[in-house]
Amino acid sequence: MKIAICLRRVPDTTAKIAIASNGTSIDETGVKFVPNPYDEYALEAGIALRDAAGAGETVVIAFGGDAVQETMRTALAMGVDRGVHLQGTPSADGLANARVLADHLRDGGYDLILFGKVAVDDYGQQTGAMVAELLGRPCATAITALVVEGGTAKVTREVEGGVESAHCALPAVFTCDKGLNTPRLPGLKGIMAAKKKPLDIVPTTAGDSRVTIVSLALPPERQAGRIVGEGAAAVPALMAALTTEAKVL
Amino acid sequence: MADILCVIEQRGGAVRKGANELLTAARQLADQLGGRVDALVCGVGSVNGIDALGAAGADRVLTASHDAFAQYAPEAIVATVQSVAGQYAAVLLAATATGKDLAPRLAAAIDAPCGMDVTAVTAVNGAVRVVRPVYAGKAIQTLEFSGTAVVAVRPGAYPAAASGKAGAVESVAVPAFTPRLTVTGIAAPEKATLDVAEARVVVAGGRGLGEPQHFGLLEALAAAFGGEAAVGASRAVVDAGWIEHGAQVGQTGKTVAPELYIAVGVSGAIQHLAGMRTARTIVAINRDKDAPIFKVADYGIVGDLFEVVPALTAAVKAAKGQ
Ligand SMILES: Cc1cc2nc3c(=O)[nH]c(=O)nc-3n(C[C@H](O)[C@H](O)[C@H](O)COP(=O)(O)OP(=O)(O)OC[C@H]3O[C@@H](n4cnc5c(N)ncnc54)[C@H](O)[C@@H]3O)c2cc1C
Repeated sequence: MKIAICLRRVPDTTAKIAIASNGTSIDETGVKFVPNPYDEYALEAGIALRDAAGAGETVVIAFGGDAVQETMRTALAMGVDRGVHLQGTPSADGLANARVLADHLRDGGYDLILFGKVAVDDYGQQTGAMVAELLGRPCATAITALVVEGGTAKVTREVEGGVESAHCALPAVFTCDKGLNTPRLPGLKGIMAAKKKPLDIVPTTAGDSRVTIVSLALPPERQAGRIVGEGAAAVPALMAALTTEAKVL
Repeated sequence: MADILCVIEQRGGAVRKGANELLTAARQLADQLGGRVDALVCGVGSVNGIDALGAAGADRVLTASHDAFAQYAPEAIVATVQSVAGQYAAVLLAATATGKDLAPRLAAAIDAPCGMDVTAVTAVNGAVRVVRPVYAGKAIQTLEFSGTAVVAVRPGAYPAAASGKAGAVESVAVPAFTPRLTVTGIAAPEKATLDVAEARVVVAGGRGLGEPQHFGLLEALAAAFGGEAAVGASRAVVDAGWIEHGAQVGQTGKTVAPELYIAVGVSGAIQHLAGMRTARTIVAINRDKDAPIFKVADYGIVGDLFEVVPALTAAVKAAKGQ
């Protein structure tokens, strides 16, 4: 089984966001970067499947600037076999980026291509499904269970009001959601081993963008609310506010 | 190219809740562009609820019938949309689990840029612009697309409206398609509860509840709202196994935009706020007056939830005449 896991480098989720002077991106000064949390579910799934099969290969693939290599080392430390850095500048147009990935993945002979369901920086939520469509592969997004048997995969995903089940033949593309597994932490041994694992660099260029970032801004502060009181005695005041001011009752 | 296509979600032969909100967004956009709104419904035979789509904003209702639509059939929907998409300025979907799955597939199939989970969509000099939260709601991005754009609109971002007109109904053919993913069905959760993403009221519990069985207090409060409230949760209690994943609100859970969000024993971590800060009205009940949740709450009660929640439940029941 040959498994590709696509990885994004994102600001730590607790990072305070400041807008850069260009008004369209964040100021990265002092911001700590981590592997996209959802990609960790994909990494764990890939590593576990390879281990269960007792054979095969896992490859972490990232499209971006050179800084992404540090993030890829985390994946290698978790247990991924090797990395491919698609070196270049991602576009604001998700489809242009998906094409870069798809062009690389097309002839790679991968049985499974895994993504996180969303990158927690731009919340694009589109790369995995676009890559699948570009490659003409079966795809399920935001999966919470994955069982691979022979040449087929069974998955579940949460939809409003229930859990949807689906199956498809491999090769297939999935994007991973929380609930799929518990990602392992890289151990010291893994971190040492990661330094020696191969990480190939392939220069790439995203095609023309049909998306322009007009602006990036901090959200309007919610208007300061008020404490209506303390303890159960405050319930009538809350009910009055909800009925007459907020009109939600 | 001033017309808008809305892909309307149906399940089990009935139009899903949320169609009307999507049509409100489409109507506003089409009016800015001077175009028409077409609503596409992919189903098996006739689908319940299509009669109401005209009044909700559709000029035309396009129905595509195929046995494959008994379940979610992404390739069949993509093929159908692809067959008509060329004439539209934008294709709108609801950013539900299904819509988020479908939108990028469609965008790739019709070679269009895609905007996900948008809270506003407008036209500026004929180009489609969207506003969307990024960085877990810590920043707001405005994007402009050139050419046909695929846009998934966050549920709750637009109100449902009624124009009073009836839309003309026409059928469209489902072109040949290759099914690649087979959806076998949807298992409803053990308890037939309302989904947090769809409820008008969300009562969310956090670690302050102390023990899993104390979620019963929140279920009672939700029940007092008479079928329009769902129980949500912070990640801390989901990870502890007190309640199922589907209830989690936040960055790694669901994004919700109910009219009323009551956070009980939830501290208000940034990742939790990411999922609920766009609720119309937020109430916080927490015994720590410095809890960050009070910074986003419209109304707060500082106190022990074990005293406050039962009193609130009784008050809501009384207000609802129960
Ligand atoms: C990558 C990442 C993603 C995450 N995603 C999410 C997410 O999607 N959703 C999410 O919620 N979190 C998420 N988190 C976790 C988040 O950081 C917090 O840990 C979590 O939200 C805290 O949950 P809590 O508010 O229930 O618990 P706590 O922070 O422990 O807060 C409990 C609160 O209850 C109050 N309390 C205690 N007893 C009582 C009482 N008797 N009466 C009244 N109040 C009481 C306390 O004062 C406190 O404010 C994520 C974290 C990371 C790192």
